Amino acid sequence: MRFQPVIGLEVHVQLKTDSKIFCGCSTRFGAEPNLNTCPVCLALPGALPVLNQKVVEFAIMAGLATNCSISPTNIFARKNYFYPDLPKGYQISQFDLPICLAGHLDIAVGDQTKRIGITRIHMEEDAGKLVHGQGGGSGVDLNRAGTPLLEVVSEPDMRTADEAVAYLKKLYQIVTYLGICDGNMEEGSFRCDANVSVMPVGSDTFGTRAEIKNVNSFKFVKAAIEYEIARQCELIEDGGTVVQETRLFDPSKGVTRSMRGKEEAHDYRYFPDPDLVPVVISDDWIKRVKGDLPELPETKFNRFLTDYSLPEYDADVLTSSRPLADYFEQCAQSCNNAKSAANWVMGELTRSLNDNATTIEDSPVSPAQLAGLIKLIDGGTISGTIAKKVFEELWKNGGEAAAIVEQQGLAQVSDTGAIETAIDQIMAANMGQVEEYRGGKDKVFGFFVGQVMKAMKGKANPAVVNDLLKQKLAG
Amino acid sequence: MELYEQTIHDLQSQLQARQVSSAEITSSFLDRIASTDPSINAFITVTKEQALADAQAADQRLATDDCTPLTGIPVALKDIFLTEGVRTTCASKMLDNFIAPYDATAWAKMKSQGAVLLGKLNQDEFAMGSSCENSAFGPTRNPWNKDHIPGGSSGGSAAAIAAQQAVATLGTDTGGSIRQPASHCGCVGLKPTYGRVSRYGVIAYASSLDQVGPMTRDVTDAALLLGAIAGHDPKDSTSVDCPVPDYTAALPQGAKGLKIGLPKEYFIAGLDPDVQQAMDQAIAVYRKLGAEFVEVSLPHTNYAVATYYLIATAEASSNLARYEGVRFGHRAKDTAGLIDLMMQSRSEGFGAEVKRRIMLGTYALSSGYYDAYYIKAQRVRTLIQQDFIEAFKSVDLLLTPVAPTPAFKIGEKTADPLQMYLSDIFTIPVNLAGICGISVPAGISSNGLPIGLQLLGRPFGEETILRAAFDFEQATDWHTRKAAL
Repeated sequence: MRFQPVIGLEVHVQLKTDSKIFCGCSTRFGAEPNLNTCPVCLALPGALPVLNQKVVEFAIMAGLATNCSISPTNIFARKNYFYPDLPKGYQISQFDLPICLAGHLDIAVGDQTKRIGITRIHMEEDAGKLVHGQGGGSGVDLNRAGTPLLEVVSEPDMRTADEAVAYLKKLYQIVTYLGICDGNMEEGSFRCDANVSVMPVGSDTFGTRAEIKNVNSFKFVKAAIEYEIARQCELIEDGGTVVQETRLFDPSKGVTRSMRGKEEAHDYRYFPDPDLVPVVISDDWIKRVKGDLPELPETKFNRFLTDYSLPEYDADVLTSSRPLADYFEQCAQSCNNAKSAANWVMGELTRSLNDNATTIEDSPVSPAQLAGLIKLIDGGTISGTIAKKVFEELWKNGGEAAAIVEQQGLAQVSDTGAIETAIDQIMAANMGQVEEYRGGKDKVFGFFVGQVMKAMKGKANPAVVNDLLKQKLAG
Repeated sequence: MELYEQTIHDLQSQLQARQVSSAEITSSFLDRIASTDPSINAFITVTKEQALADAQAADQRLATDDCTPLTGIPVALKDIFLTEGVRTTCASKMLDNFIAPYDATAWAKMKSQGAVLLGKLNQDEFAMGSSCENSAFGPTRNPWNKDHIPGGSSGGSAAAIAAQQAVATLGTDTGGSIRQPASHCGCVGLKPTYGRVSRYGVIAYASSLDQVGPMTRDVTDAALLLGAIAGHDPKDSTSVDCPVPDYTAALPQGAKGLKIGLPKEYFIAGLDPDVQQAMDQAIAVYRKLGAEFVEVSLPHTNYAVATYYLIATAEASSNLARYEGVRFGHRAKDTAGLIDLMMQSRSEGFGAEVKRRIMLGTYALSSGYYDAYYIKAQRVRTLIQQDFIEAFKSVDLLLTPVAPTPAFKIGEKTADPLQMYLSDIFTIPVNLAGICGISVPAGISSNGLPIGLQLLGRPFGEETILRAAFDFEQATDWHTRKAAL
């Protein structure tokens, strides 16, 4: 039997607000356990939640950027269950009236565009964290309790792990572009639950799904879904049935495992939270947020094609993140050579960032510094080869490209006299090769270029070297 | 007259004239508590040292211009209010050891105005009850007759006034928990409009119904104390941002010209004859004062108790989930793992009535029952609200009994929760509608127990019911009657 996998994703996006969703505590990651807490997020008796308006604004932004409609009236609901990292014994979330409904994202599948539906986006609070170990006991750290989250629920529209990853990357790109999420996947700022099922090809009834919880990298999502698809297919072929359950992905072994017992048939007893009043979102508010939305990846991509005449590949790479796009634009505008700026940003700069495990935001070479370097190439002051050396210098010690070239005497030599002298010496020392060239062996030309450049310590203007060599070798 | 027999406004004028010090007043009350409370059990905690220190601080403040009507006045709070550094139990074994790390907003306001805290008062556990018998610290007794209950859940708050153990107290009212004990103990109890007083720092029973209010010897004190605690609190999203009027200024306007509605569903067969008589007399008093009466109908009254016990218990089942022995409160010993720890701590920490309501509420919210119970109850709640809106189109306020009978005997209804629930039939609809109500002394039964009169007003219509209550008080002497201890 052949199987058709069906995949839907629930993504938790941690919002980059300064304070928590229902109290004034800091959302800073990595503080001493239970430092960023107060009576509200500790759920002490008598404490009451007060909604952080910024969270609503961020949710509206996410909704608008994913083509959702924004609900005019929002109700928070309590999701009741006992767990020690959930201090109130309920999570404040949204249930039947989420803030965003019925949106979509378009992803590229091969040469085609595929539309993935977004069922809903709702606001909720994160739970705390259990810390196991030390001394045999377990501790509860409530720093994270009350951190604002958006849960973005997709339609079961994806059919392969690659489609799921493409959707996830697109969503990631949008929330980081909007500046509502710091995108730090290792710290859990963007994590996903994958619902996976399989059905016989041609069927229109979905199979029973398994939910893989809390996967926090694109690579793991792909691996987890692929493993899960294979597992379910094999299970059915062997005469078994898939059970609806929650599974965990083990990245070290590349397998998913059942979280037996923990989540069996929960009744969350949702009901409207009587401590919070309905949040009414006016058209004016939506309009204001819309007006303040930053340029989104798709628009930027198209603008890069037209404004900078970049190839699609370049525009795609450069708009993959907002800081990268911003870096490129500043550099391109400053040096007035977009293609060259694109090549440098995607090439030398990206390589150095990767080699040094740093990010574009922390790049030691600024867009202006890189633009200065490109201008020197365009002005014929240095060659591409020398430019790479200057770039290394800029990376290590900072400064300005022009000053480095000046100080280290790296300026390109276009003086025909100096180059002619070098050519004459090399020809004299390599008469055999001269004869070969004159006998029709064109390949030897490269040898002479190399020798001349070596003699000139790389500073000779390559075009001048070429011209002079041709003349002289012709005899 | 002893200091402990007086009102806030009496004492305040003497304090400001330097005829007496807060230290003297406070000592008078502390002595009174020591001599009377062993037989009443109104207090769970007496904060003697702190009270004396605060009284001294108040005396210093009274020597300056920076004083308020509450400066130097000794009060006590239902043990549902968080009081920083002071044990706050909610009358539950669950919070037996809980020292509050912050102040409830209502208390913080009184404290900043110079009020002196005498201690924390007994109540039904987590405010669940109508008799003050559901307390982990034993029942409170009615100062008028110690075989009788003081009412509940703010039974300690009412008994402390009747026993002259505090000038004024704060209670909370979820289904009548201020008005019913006020009625049973012969004091004034005001349940403000939902949203008028902050609930921050008040241990939640049913969040959409709970409201904080004053319990006092007379109407003037109630007006004064409400003014001191009312107002928007940025920490309570359900507190309403509208101006707080000078409630005492409204008092002299009198009842003349007011149109008072008598809801026919509240004057039913089976009403205790003494209660009926007190109502008839009160109506006669108001007629003399120049008020006009009209019969009105609140047709959904009969569904109020059932509606209340679905909504209140549903909210309670969730509100009380935070008591699991992990972070604070009672923790069971020798438990096998986490789930066992939570289950044992809750089994040991909660009393029978609390468990009963958690189970009722959990059931009402359960999948498959939610629509039939919780949602239906919310719909009926809307109908009950509309009953009042409709009635207030033709009248300024409503007059009703507070309870069908005077205080019953201790133990009389504990075996039959349903009978106990029905004793709140006239107070519960008010919470469901979110409007305001006041209980004022209006009679003494043939067996010597106080009977209260309930006046109900529009949302944020506290001035109207206070002025009507004040005029009644001026025309009668029920509020001056005292329990013989």
